[in-house]
Amino acid sequence: MSENGHQEHVVSPKLYATILAALLFGTWLTVQAAKIDLGRWNIVLALLIATIKMSLVILFFMHGKYSSRRTQLVIVSGFFWLAIMLGLTMTDYSTRKPEPSRSANPPAIAIHRA
Amino acid sequence: MHRTGELYGQYKTLEQQKETATLGMWVFLVTEILFFGGMFLTYAINRHEYPTAFGVGGNMLDLNLGFANTVVLIASSFTMAMSVWSAQTSNKKLVPIFLIFTLILGIVFLGVKVVEYKQKFDHHLIPGHGFDITYCSKQPAAVCGISEEDHAKEITEIKEGIEADGGLVALNAHAQLYFSLYFGMTGLHALHMIVGAGLLVWLILESRKGRFDANYNTPVENIGLYWHFVDIVWIFLFPLLYLINRHLA
Amino acid sequence: MSGTTTSSGGEYQLPREHYLNASYGIRSWLLTTDHKRIALLYLAAVTFFFFVGGIFATLIRIHLLTPNGLLVTPETYNKLFTMHGVAMVFFFLIPSIPAILGNFLIPIMIGAKDLAFPKINLLSWYVYIIGGCFVLYSFGTGGLDTGWTFYTPLSSVYSNSAVTPAVIGIFINGFSSILTGLNFVVTVHTMRAPGMTWFRLPLFVWSHYATSLIMILGTPVIAITVLLAGLERIFHFGFFNPAYGGDPILFQHLFWFYSHPAVYIMILPAMGVVSEIIPTFVRKPIFGYSFVAASSIGIAVIGFLVWAHHMFVTGEATYAAIAFSFLSYLVAIPSAVKVFNWTATLYKGSISYDTPMLYALGFIGLFTIGGLTGLFLACLGLDIHLHDTYFVIAHFHYIMVGGAVMGYVGGLHFWWPKITGRLYPEFLARAAAIILFIGFNLTFFPQFILGGLGMPRRYHNYPPEFQVLNVMSTAGASILALGYLLPMLYLTWSMRYGKIAGPNPWPATGLEWKTDSPPLTENFRETPEVDWEPYDFVHRPDLGLTGSKPKLPGKLSPAHGDD
Repeated sequence: MSENGHQEHVVSPKLYATILAALLFGTWLTVQAAKIDLGRWNIVLALLIATIKMSLVILFFMHGKYSSRRTQLVIVSGFFWLAIMLGLTMTDYSTRKPEPSRSANPPAIAIHRA
Repeated sequence: MHRTGELYGQYKTLEQQKETATLGMWVFLVTEILFFGGMFLTYAINRHEYPTAFGVGGNMLDLNLGFANTVVLIASSFTMAMSVWSAQTSNKKLVPIFLIFTLILGIVFLGVKVVEYKQKFDHHLIPGHGFDITYCSKQPAAVCGISEEDHAKEITEIKEGIEADGGLVALNAHAQLYFSLYFGMTGLHALHMIVGAGLLVWLILESRKGRFDANYNTPVENIGLYWHFVDIVWIFLFPLLYLINRHLA
Repeated sequence: MSGTTTSSGGEYQLPREHYLNASYGIRSWLLTTDHKRIALLYLAAVTFFFFVGGIFATLIRIHLLTPNGLLVTPETYNKLFTMHGVAMVFFFLIPSIPAILGNFLIPIMIGAKDLAFPKINLLSWYVYIIGGCFVLYSFGTGGLDTGWTFYTPLSSVYSNSAVTPAVIGIFINGFSSILTGLNFVVTVHTMRAPGMTWFRLPLFVWSHYATSLIMILGTPVIAITVLLAGLERIFHFGFFNPAYGGDPILFQHLFWFYSHPAVYIMILPAMGVVSEIIPTFVRKPIFGYSFVAASSIGIAVIGFLVWAHHMFVTGEATYAAIAFSFLSYLVAIPSAVKVFNWTATLYKGSISYDTPMLYALGFIGLFTIGGLTGLFLACLGLDIHLHDTYFVIAHFHYIMVGGAVMGYVGGLHFWWPKITGRLYPEFLARAAAIILFIGFNLTFFPQFILGGLGMPRRYHNYPPEFQVLNVMSTAGASILALGYLLPMLYLTWSMRYGKIAGPNPWPATGLEWKTDSPPLTENFRETPEVDWEPYDFVHRPDLGLTGSKPKLPGKLSPAHGDD
């Protein structure tokens, strides 16, 4: 059918084991990193490590590295749309003025039925 | 039940059939990305708004259990990948063995999750009318089954949290947002695990018939993709839920 | 009358064997994996929900005949417009063209035997039915009064109506949409016949490809959103609940991330239908094929960037609102590309005003009005005045009813000979198209004026000075109802008594017209090979057009559909 019928790629168990080790190391690392106080960078670092771990899983366990261009495009577009959703929503929250109604004492301002 | 690698009527070649199945699976996983994405967005906004309450809530989770579960799930991803390799290299005997390992690890994960949920239930951390973030800090440590040291930490944390968040009522309300997200996200993830476990059972039964080899292994590969995806979700859930404020502890 | 049906053989006969008589009995339908039969299952179910939604619409319009309301209590009125919206949006508009016409036609148009995943296709129908049952259960046990938008915390905390089953129903129904979209995307990628390159795909397929992208990328978000609202309601969880400090506007962000692109799920397939009809009845290739195709994708992509224009008055940040306002204007560009290309296709064409063409022309006019009034609403300052008024109602009904439903009914007529093998009565059909057009405008144009004057939507009563326009609208609605009932009757009649159509009654250029009407279960006797460009009437001797056309019309004045 389409021109890019790809040859199936067999990943060696050795590489799988390496990835497993890397993932376990990443898990250990993220716990250690969380115990150091980096202020707002804690979350950035945690997400960075998680993203690297995810990339390893996708590229090797899920054969993303060896997939056809089309499949890779599908994967990328999934994350691209996720970025659109997160990013454009953030434009609202990051530029909003603080609202008095959303701080302090929530139940007191909860809307009651008439 | 069709035989190994039989060509379905709508396709012209086996290659086309395989290509179609793989593409279909990936497209499905894209829908899953956005499905979980909606929850991650809800998490991000609420955490951004209430960092204190989320920190207090996050520290109430059991880090050891969370860490252990992450390791278990990553290991299960490895065994899943190995079962795909076994099929691709026509090691027909190995396929079900690795699949059984994967299933066992998946069940262990779910078991640990049950323990954690039970703990949260006992600690009055289920959102709703009975929710009380201070429940354990008001009891002797033994009632909640935590060490004296952790208990003391929790008491300080809650005290500081109440101050930073503008009162106990506020902290209690905002912590419910955290625990709603905790249960929502891990619950949905667990649901995916249960579906995955069901698929694995089917796959194990099929693979024992020797159906999957180098020529035909699409089901192993696709269920593998699904399993890895569920693993990825957890890779993000673990730091976002368990590690928010560990540096304060 | 319609195109030359008198080819050499004279009268046509139905093929001896086709998908309708391949097997008999209820099981052969309920367990079918034939995309054509599944399309007909959808046709039945979707028509049912159209009736349900239509009954609610009728009740609304009757109620609004008098300033204080004629028929129901305010609470019931809330339920009527909510249930009208839910039935129409989720169970009629979104599945209508893709799941019926798309399902039936896409495999045939690309020369495949079936969709990539026939069983999943059947599954998606059952998922739709299950979701529909939940929603009907909600309608029947207390109704639903949250508005079709399910805004929290009304839906998740305060509403006393049957929100829970409705939310479950919408959640389930989402998966039907996802599975359909998944099936279409994979089918278009992997199932094309030899020679059917991407730029030989009919524009109907392009627009469905774009629609499927939205279904895949957007629908999961609405599923999770209503699920979260449902968890709030059922288990007293907090995600958006202000009592916990949650933000209800976040629900709106998530809701509209899907529900704005969902508008394009409704309109894009209709655009695809129009792009098929117009070249056929103008006997000319479509003007700017690649632009029309690319604009479908453009609409799908940009459509994801504009959702927060539904929330200009909610407390959303001003800076974000400016960005979303600007992005909303951008959608007008690919939409206008389409309208201009259709109009340019008409230019110097030999136009025949058959029924599908009447619908297509109606679509262009109404969609243009609907689209332009959308720009009013995308304008920040103006939206403050028009927000939540009847102007909005009129605007989106011009898009959804004037656009999507016109496209749907037009498409149903255009492919009816293919689906059933028989022609509908042409005179009645043209009359119905005109009645529909008049009825529609009489119903909804007064609502633009009402909105401009400030009549808010979702109110059960109104000041007496608005009565004349409301009565006009209700009168129009009754004409509109006639316009819908007529096709329902004569199309049903024609299934048995219509004239035999033959494989290509118009004639049109697509691959679907090269097989029998109705087609075989496998669609083609042998896999077709495509060696012609789309919408090419000149190099297609098989259409039987040689000699007769194209004659230049006497006068060369442009014949625009709109003024």
